[in-house]
Amino acid sequence: MAIKPRIKLPKTAAIDEVVTVKTLLTHRMESGRRRDPDTDEIIPRMIVHTFEATFNGRPVVTFKPEGAVSENPYFAFSLKVPEAGELTCVWTDDEGEVFEGSKSIEIA
Amino acid sequence: MNLSRRRALALGGAVVTVSLVPVSMAFALTEETQGVIDAFTGGAAVAEGGVTLIMPELAENGGAVPMTVAAPGAVSIVIVADGNPRPEVITFNFEELSGNSEASTRIRLAQTQSVIAVAEMADGSFASTSVEVSVTLGGCG
Repeated sequence: MAIKPRIKLPKTAAIDEVVTVKTLLTHRMESGRRRDPDTDEIIPRMIVHTFEATFNGRPVVTFKPEGAVSENPYFAFSLKVPEAGELTCVWTDDEGEVFEGSKSIEIA
Repeated sequence: MNLSRRRALALGGAVVTVSLVPVSMAFALTEETQGVIDAFTGGAAVAEGGVTLIMPELAENGGAVPMTVAAPGAVSIVIVADGNPRPEVITFNFEELSGNSEASTRIRLAQTQSVIAVAEMADGSFASTSVEVSVTLGGCG
């Protein structure tokens, strides 16, 4: 059972305020460069190749990691809050597995 | 995100650079690294100024080296590691509701090397900067 991705976002913001978003996903990010110690075979690459954040369906950022991004990928970026709503983050890996998380923010 | 001095120091003796020299002339990059950069820029001139890359001077664990990059007005920033088996590290694309062109992550560095950030600005121009990171224990890049 996959561990839920973590998204940190302030609970409230003013309209047009720029807030910091921090995200963390549990994922091996197998770089494709390691050898199995017993068989000496290369362990195939299996990483998150795309990270997309949207807010109320509108794009915020898209990141394209390679094998050199660390295990349990951490991404921080900023969001300009247009209105109350929901930030959705989607991570997609080489096996096509999709991890998703959302966090709401209100206007204060 | 606040790139204050306190935050830079909190990264453990971080190095902050602002680009001063076009990336292809500043120091000898491997052919592969230059190729990755040229693919991103289409071979266009890469200007000085406007990109900040914060990384520790010394990384004890090459498997998870923190980095923050900022380039006001950039639509995209590419990070390449000149001493890794493959230079490409990550591409950051900043879209409609992004608050600024800043991002942080943690990366793997196989050995002591230069890390280069190349930013594409909204007007189609390019700028870059680089930092030298000493790595005690190499991480799987």
